[in-house]
Amino acid sequence: MVFRLPPGARPAWPLQMADGEPGSGNRRTVLKQGLLAASGAMLMPGLARAASAEAAPPGDPPWSQSIGPGVVARTYGQPSDFEKDVIRRNVPWLTATPESSVSFTPLQDQPGIITANGLFFERYHAGRPTVDPAGHRLMLHGLVDRPLLLTVDDIKRFPSVSRIHFIECPANGGMEWRAAQLNSLQFTHGMVGCAEWTGVKLSTVLAEAGLKTNAKWVLVEGADGAHMDRSLPLEKCLDDCIVAYGQNGEALRPEQGYPLRLIVPGWQGNVNIKWLRRIEVGDQPWFTREETAKYTELMADGKARGFTWLIFAKSVITFPCPEKPLKGAGLYEIRGFAWSGNGRVQRVDVSFDGGVNWTRAQLEGPVLPKALTRFTLEWRWDGKPVLLQSRAVDETGFVQPTIAELRAARGVNGVYNNNAIQTWQVKADGSVFNVQLA
Amino acid sequence: MSNSPRRARIAASVLCATALLVVAAQSSAAEKGAGYYGYGTAPTGQEIAGWAIAVRPDGQGLPPGRGSVDEGANVYAEQCAACHGTFGEGTARYPKLAGGGNLTGDRPEPTVGNYWPYATTLWDYINRAMPFPAPRTLTPNQVYAITAYVLNLNDIVPNDFVADRNTLPKVQMPNRDGFNWTDPRPDTKNAACMSKCQDPASVKIMSTAEGKDLTPRTTGPLDAMRPK
Repeated sequence: MVFRLPPGARPAWPLQMADGEPGSGNRRTVLKQGLLAASGAMLMPGLARAASAEAAPPGDPPWSQSIGPGVVARTYGQPSDFEKDVIRRNVPWLTATPESSVSFTPLQDQPGIITANGLFFERYHAGRPTVDPAGHRLMLHGLVDRPLLLTVDDIKRFPSVSRIHFIECPANGGMEWRAAQLNSLQFTHGMVGCAEWTGVKLSTVLAEAGLKTNAKWVLVEGADGAHMDRSLPLEKCLDDCIVAYGQNGEALRPEQGYPLRLIVPGWQGNVNIKWLRRIEVGDQPWFTREETAKYTELMADGKARGFTWLIFAKSVITFPCPEKPLKGAGLYEIRGFAWSGNGRVQRVDVSFDGGVNWTRAQLEGPVLPKALTRFTLEWRWDGKPVLLQSRAVDETGFVQPTIAELRAARGVNGVYNNNAIQTWQVKADGSVFNVQLA
Repeated sequence: MSNSPRRARIAASVLCATALLVVAAQSSAAEKGAGYYGYGTAPTGQEIAGWAIAVRPDGQGLPPGRGSVDEGANVYAEQCAACHGTFGEGTARYPKLAGGGNLTGDRPEPTVGNYWPYATTLWDYINRAMPFPAPRTLTPNQVYAITAYVLNLNDIVPNDFVADRNTLPKVQMPNRDGFNWTDPRPDTKNAACMSKCQDPASVKIMSTAEGKDLTPRTTGPLDAMRPK
């Protein structure tokens, strides 16, 4: 296909051409100069501002007076360069090494319920392994009639399902038990993401192996260096778990367990074993390190809770938030996410006065079970300070608790399963801070 | 007439039973019998043995082999001490393995000594995940020896203890009965009150993240904020 400029027209902005494309020497010089100018503008904020001023009407911006790169200039798409701040981030002081650590989803920039694959939070116990799918196997054995060794292709041949579910690390908000600590939505709530997962139901694979009558528990284990493993009750495995290979329209990302991971809908992130390689059926739990020494909750009386898999109802306002302050009085749409491991979100209420009075927010569909659910509320801000909160109620009638209630029930040493109502303090200048109330 | 509530109940339970039967029939229709698809192969005993590394508290999964506290001291010094400290005290932010304080105290640190309920789990975890940069490189004897040493560091076993598949399941861990394995939640009972839910005067900010200097930046390049 040949693009022609109108007769007499001269490009004010470089024609960006694929390497090797024929062009006159003169034009090439023009192109080079133009590209230099373009990259200069991107590096220098002053020039970028000038460019955006020129871009406003009645001017015509450079990108409207040129043609852009052609197809397959990027064979795998990337976000706009202008979104370069929207990235997973970590809290370097939190862990000994980045290989056994966590990064956080930038929820403040997530518009809908689906978390972009490149922004989905990471949690590794021994780094992100590079697994060759040709060499990967899923072994199923234990209390079954027919032990199985399956390739990734074998798994893909089984009948498939697609489901949209959140995954949340139970340590999300774990730094906030004693007091408000981190002034950021990303760092207080970003250990959650939501995606469409495609795979075979675990119940189908278990049925293919044939369960012995005394089967009660299932050990699931990863191929990473941690050989991350958890015991799951058979009932949950036969209910809605998925051995997934698809994530939002493509293969699972390596960060999410490529080529196979378990999806355990509504249950804490670490049981959704990534790089899944082994399933052992037994008659009792294994009491692995991850379900005894870790991912248990120490209560104030010195006793600990184990097997607290379920994610209870939770919500948070994503606009405004510390990263996204208000810009003067006026009309705004409050936005946020709610989710519950116990089914659908039934309603979300918003308070402007720290929980004295509440207003029903609107749920923005789809409202799916065990999935992030959007809520919105139109709000005219008068410019006075407010204490902003959201409170989720799920279809079981469970109401999201305050941090004071959680502390009264569990003390402050538990680390996990903090589903407290978040309070954002909005100051008169529009800035937003993470606070905790009495 | 006094019978009608009972009849209603019976009718309701018949309905429920029918519904359950229908659900059961549907789920069994959804899943085929064993071997229906015929995908994959049968793993050999050797293949299963190579991967089946999980160890249960009753000792199921523990291989032959043995290791003493003294042998463990040597292996530990070579393989573990750099991160966990010579006496399990932990270095930098790597996990402490011994001590850790009273679990009801302020900021207790859960360790093998004060928290882990089963000694078998220690063997399992060292065998599956340690040493951190090179998991699955230790021999069973080395894993037994390190296990014995770490238990001894915590004064759980005597200096002459030898760990093997018979002795480890019998080790009584101090916090063996410290866990509740049944989830007691919901343990909060917030109500979805809509107006005048509390005295406005009681709404007080008790803590704020403002000015705490703990938060990495959320714009620009990744923050390399130093460990605190």
